[in-house]
Amino acid sequence: MSQSKQKAIVYVRLKEGVLDPQGLTIQKALSQMGYKEFIGVRTGRFFELEISANGTNIDDRINEVCSKLLANPVIESYKVEKLK
Amino acid sequence: MKVGVVTFPGANGDYDSYAAIKYVMHGDVEFLWHKSADLDGSDLIILPGGFAYGDYLRAGAIARFSPIMDSVIRFAKSGGLVIGFCNGFQILTECGLLPGALVRNAGLRFRGEFIHIKVENTDTPFTNAYSTNEVLNVPIAHGEGNYYNFNGDVKKLEEDRLVVFRYCDSRGKVTKESNPNGSVNNIAGIINREGNVLGMMPHPERAVEKILGSDDGLKVFQSVKAALSMKMPRATAGKI
Repeated sequence: MSQSKQKAIVYVRLKEGVLDPQGLTIQKALSQMGYKEFIGVRTGRFFELEISANGTNIDDRINEVCSKLLANPVIESYKVEKLK
Repeated sequence: MKVGVVTFPGANGDYDSYAAIKYVMHGDVEFLWHKSADLDGSDLIILPGGFAYGDYLRAGAIARFSPIMDSVIRFAKSGGLVIGFCNGFQILTECGLLPGALVRNAGLRFRGEFIHIKVENTDTPFTNAYSTNEVLNVPIAHGEGNYYNFNGDVKKLEEDRLVVFRYCDSRGKVTKESNPNGSVNNIAGIINREGNVLGMMPHPERAVEKILGSDDGLKVFQSVKAALSMKMPRATAGKI
């Protein structure tokens, strides 16, 4: 019967050096709450991709959607983690 | 001049651009639905302000793949005039017609107010009716207008006179306080190297009659009209 579908997690974050005002604000809040040891916060997001079992060239296809849509290569970098 | 205003789902500035052209400039203007690929013989395409596709993912990221954008990109690459106001600017950077990116405002707040910008380059089809360093009072309305680009690229933009508008105070002084969103070097609007694509976060199309609070934005459209009627060489920006 049909194979089980695959999953991949894509993590997208702002490149180093790109200002992350959300991260800064969260860090300030933590510091005000007394968590002074957390001296930096960078935010990002992740996407969970469900992939049909009959997909081919999956690694290339994932990289394609990452650079075309999920991340903006001008300001963001991404990392892919494939799940069994 | 024949103007096409692209309507994306979630656009809210399409009628502002339409009204500016039709009722103030008395020009020929049409809405172009984002799913159509037909630019209908326009000689200026406007990507309006708003929140195309709800700004999901990143502002402009989804709109950039609307069917009409292939035609807009082809039109721009063949020298056609394109303006992106606000969300339109974000779409232009996402699709690579303009360099850099627009990220969250440095203060994290949505800014909707009148601000000042100055015109730094008047040798463009979009600004030829202004005088150099003329200060304009125009509105902004954005949460992600913080222009970002790498240091070297910003320097290159400036050297090549591709920065057209910069945030300033009412006297034309470029200061940190007059920068509403943290944009690098107060950059408010840029053109491409060929000089036929303009992106800007402020809304000159919302400042075309005194009753709107200012008519300082009107000359953008007068410039385009003049450029089109004179068949002004479009590649007037940069070192040629």
